[in-house]
Amino acid sequence: MNTILIGAALTLVALGGAAVAGTAEPGRQAVTLSLFGLALAVLFFVLQAPDVALSQIAVGTAVVPLMVMLAVRKIDRNPP
Amino acid sequence: MSRTVRLVMFGVAAAVLAPLFGLAIAGAPPFGTASHPYRDLAVAAALRNATANVVSSINFDQRGLDTLVEETILLASVVGATIVLRASTGDVRRELAGDDRALAAVTLVSVAVLPGTLLIGLDVVVHGHLTPGGGFQGGVVLATGLHLLYLASRYETLERLRPLHWYRWSEGLSTAAFGGIGVGGLATGAGFLANVLPHGSFADLLSGGTVPLLNIAVGVAVAGGVVVLLAQFLDQALRIASERDGKG
Repeated sequence: MNTILIGAALTLVALGGAAVAGTAEPGRQAVTLSLFGLALAVLFFVLQAPDVALSQIAVGTAVVPLMVMLAVRKIDRNPP
Repeated sequence: MSRTVRLVMFGVAAAVLAPLFGLAIAGAPPFGTASHPYRDLAVAAALRNATANVVSSINFDQRGLDTLVEETILLASVVGATIVLRASTGDVRRELAGDDRALAAVTLVSVAVLPGTLLIGLDVVVHGHLTPGGGFQGGVVLATGLHLLYLASRYETLERLRPLHWYRWSEGLSTAAFGGIGVGGLATGAGFLANVLPHGSFADLLSGGTVPLLNIAVGVAVAGGVVVLLAQFLDQALRIASERDGKG
């Protein structure tokens, strides 16, 4: 059962990583990055590391995508 | 740099890295075995100091110095982001248009979950030595939860209810408090960041000696740091416009 869960979580992470790499536009990439971060948090939880999973949810799915989106918005308004 | 040069550089680097990576993977212990020498040592040390969450015991007791350095890295990155993202010459502060009021449904949901989110953040910080979580995780929850104010209303509301200098001071002072607790250990002769306080009884709220105190210091520092960090990005995205592009 545990092996199946770990395998499923790893597959989810692989799919999420591919989705982030395959998203061309940075603004949309922030959204896929957030979902990828959530998949990583599931993997950490399945591997019995709830502390790391909490950090991952907080930083990887909330703070970093937010910073990316704000940066993209700024650049879109002031093109270099 | 042309495409060919880039490919050659990649090829050289990959040719060096690939065998080394292969060797490292071949030498790594197999995935998911029952033998964990570090776990056995760390769990025993955590139990000795009555810290129920072994991860917190590692972060704040057994390897407290590493966490102090991480704290300093966070402080340095916040200072760096503040310097890089400050308004420079030729920048003007924009008045926000009045039409950015949030949808009523978004306001309702944000206001409804705001108190719970802040409580969860506090809970994660305060129980860091007992259950998964701790100062870092709880601090980020507190900092991001605060931004529900922006979702619920307008940026001006967040600016008014979030006096930034409080957060700047709280970040610096609590990082200093972390160091101060460490020096306290030094003063008793036990060593820097040694767990010198009474350990209490296992799994009590007041247990683990210095671990809960350090957790709270980190929680305040991280909450303040992330709020200040996000404020720089929000200001650049919403408030600061360059004179070059006119209306911004």
